Amino acid sequence: MKTKKSFNPVCPIPIAKYPQILLAHGGGGKLMHRLIEDMFVPAFENSLLGARHDGAVFDVCGARLAFTTDSYVVKPLFFPGGDIGSLAVFGTVNDLAMCGARPVYLSAGFILEEGLETEKLWRIVQSMRCAAEKAQIEFVTGDTKVVDRGKGDEIFINTAGIGIIDHELTIAPSSVQAGDAILLSGDLGRHGIAIMAAREGLEFESEIESDCAPLASTVLELIYEGIEIHCLRDLTCGGLASALVEIAETRGLQINIEESAIDVREDVRGACEILGFDPLYLANEGRFICFVPNAHASRALQIMKSSLFDSEPKQIGEVSDSKTADVILKSRIGANRIVDMFTGEQLPRIC
Amino acid sequence: MKYIDEYRDADAAKKFTVAIHKITSKNWTLMEVCGGQTHAIVKFGIDELLPEKITLVHGPGCPVCVTPLELIDKAIQIASKPNVIFCSFGDMLRVPGSQKDLLMVKASGGDVRIVYSPLDAVKIAIDNPDKEIVFFAVGFETTAPANAMAVRQARALGIKNFSILVSHVLVLPAIEAVLSSPECRVQAFLAAGHVCAVMGFAEYFPIAAKYRVPIVVTGFEPLDILQGIYMCVKQLEEGRFEVENQYARAVRKDGNLPARNLVDEVFRIVPRKWRGVGEIPESGLGLTENYMDFDAEKRFEVSEYTAEEPAECISGLVLQGIKKPNECAAFGMRCTPENPFGATMVSNEGACAAYYRYRRHLSKIQTAEGIGV
Amino acid sequence: MCLAVPGKIISIAGDDPIFRNGRVNFGGIVKIVNLSYVPEAKIGDYILVHVGFGLSVVDEAEAKKVFEYLREMGELEELKEVSI
Repeated sequence: MKTKKSFNPVCPIPIAKYPQILLAHGGGGKLMHRLIEDMFVPAFENSLLGARHDGAVFDVCGARLAFTTDSYVVKPLFFPGGDIGSLAVFGTVNDLAMCGARPVYLSAGFILEEGLETEKLWRIVQSMRCAAEKAQIEFVTGDTKVVDRGKGDEIFINTAGIGIIDHELTIAPSSVQAGDAILLSGDLGRHGIAIMAAREGLEFESEIESDCAPLASTVLELIYEGIEIHCLRDLTCGGLASALVEIAETRGLQINIEESAIDVREDVRGACEILGFDPLYLANEGRFICFVPNAHASRALQIMKSSLFDSEPKQIGEVSDSKTADVILKSRIGANRIVDMFTGEQLPRIC
Repeated sequence: MKYIDEYRDADAAKKFTVAIHKITSKNWTLMEVCGGQTHAIVKFGIDELLPEKITLVHGPGCPVCVTPLELIDKAIQIASKPNVIFCSFGDMLRVPGSQKDLLMVKASGGDVRIVYSPLDAVKIAIDNPDKEIVFFAVGFETTAPANAMAVRQARALGIKNFSILVSHVLVLPAIEAVLSSPECRVQAFLAAGHVCAVMGFAEYFPIAAKYRVPIVVTGFEPLDILQGIYMCVKQLEEGRFEVENQYARAVRKDGNLPARNLVDEVFRIVPRKWRGVGEIPESGLGLTENYMDFDAEKRFEVSEYTAEEPAECISGLVLQGIKKPNECAAFGMRCTPENPFGATMVSNEGACAAYYRYRRHLSKIQTAEGIGV
Repeated sequence: MCLAVPGKIISIAGDDPIFRNGRVNFGGIVKIVNLSYVPEAKIGDYILVHVGFGLSVVDEAEAKKVFEYLREMGELEELKEVSI
């Protein structure tokens, strides 16, 4: 049996630097990464947590299950293409899908602020009902709490999910191999910019909608068609860049990608240019990356193309055999640069 | 996107690169002044494409980076006051003062807001008549017209609860300071295109003549920078030292006259301290007598105290192009974007931050060489 | 800090010169931009916008010259090769 390291109660994060939590600690970038690695993981350390994936995968009496949780604090509550309710369903369902699991049951915990309009709550709950149907899951348990006015910002939702894994693949960063093709399911940045637009009152020629969508059926189709998936990752907080950097670091292999293969719609790009955002770091709620053996890449892309709605999957790069564990991007003009994890938050409370 | 995508064309970039290689016969050191250009160079990997004989050094073109420590501390003092809404461009929020940064003030309950334009701050002042709104007016000449107009509009609308904390710096005195330094190794300049869109480039002629350096007004897209470099190197190889305008689609010789006129009305030239460099006379802007009631330093009681930079920080040498970020002992190890020693590591356009984000493996190579591996 | 982005003017409003503004389209996103510093700008023009202000009207003829320059360089190279 593995002996745990002795738990040292001294805070490992330099207190002089961060005596208080900053918004950036929830941003999906380096600060959040540090908070998780330096405070949460050592406190709760075990091998399942060590896998550092979107969900935990384990055996229970012969059944292989995936288990995940996510909390939703998005502002504004309603945005083009979705709301906090649909996000709370699809986000958690997608985390299960990223483990290669078929999502079955979700729980929902509501933290409501005194004074929240009941009609708003009703709209959110109805949206969750529709999303649950679309994602083919059922809500089987939940909880409701109410906090004083001024202490809760209308509504926060936590959903936890359980999925069944009925195949033999181990889908995790540890399965990634040198030579694997990296496939991206569609264009980047729509969710991040849709939230920004709703929050800041930005005007668009034609409204940008969040790409919020369930991904499980596409993933399962890939698996059932015999694609040997090594790793999956959805591209929420921190975007494509953070996902790639995490996987490269966890696996210890270099990742090479090409900027010209990564699609960003012109209106999203326009928003990024004037707001100073980098689309590689924007949050997406209906996009994922997929690591497969090179020989499976074109078949996988075909399946994804026919299964996905309103997105164009492409191969954006490959895993190299170099052990430097960097993510190298070949820019549009042909020179290379390193892609790093974002330091803070580009946009707070995006999911 | 028009006027952006075509200047990122891979084939055209290759042609310019080949042309630069063909005409370079000697070692040359070029400096780009503007942080936006530094960022573009590192982001697109332009310096990787150049022949080894050409060295690009990065100048003090990041107004965020050169804002003195004392002014950051004053900003923090003002932002910490209970009745103040402190507005700033995003990249100022994580610049370290002597104890903390503006983001920490926000985390402690201060009302610190990111705005995209000084006019947003004016609007906040209109919407919050019982609060004091302060805008952190940081920038080069490019931003001065915007800040001047914010003040002008505030006056026209009779807004009394709006003021600005001025940290404007001027590019020309900085270029002269770099050129007159005995350690200067810069032989040609890529002048900042957007500064010149406002100021024009007539003032560069006497500098080019006095110091015998080619100066090419350059834009910000990869093709602009490559063409600017090509034009500099061509001049150097031919022994010329003229002022040329690569960015002619946006820059005229006299710049933008309405903008310059309003800047002259609202601001006057003052001495300014540049973080890491020291005081450069006549290198900054302050409000004129007529607009002094909008000066946040006058409006709020903020104590003057000098602050010390961490001893290891070589921001100053980096800003003058004398050292490169990865030549700093602390770079990438003790000094990182999450734990920055100086502003050049914090600002998105700071040379150290650009190097860290895109090039940090070089520091690992250097370290390995340093220990004889 | 010197981020200035080109956008197309789609409408203009305001008589007072210091409050003159327009809706400018940047590849699909539309923002209100102060046009006081580009009084000559008209609907359909592209302007360079920095922190909510138009700073300069993009000169279409000059914009093409970067590519003419490239073409001329290419022709010069061909001439050199021919004469060798």
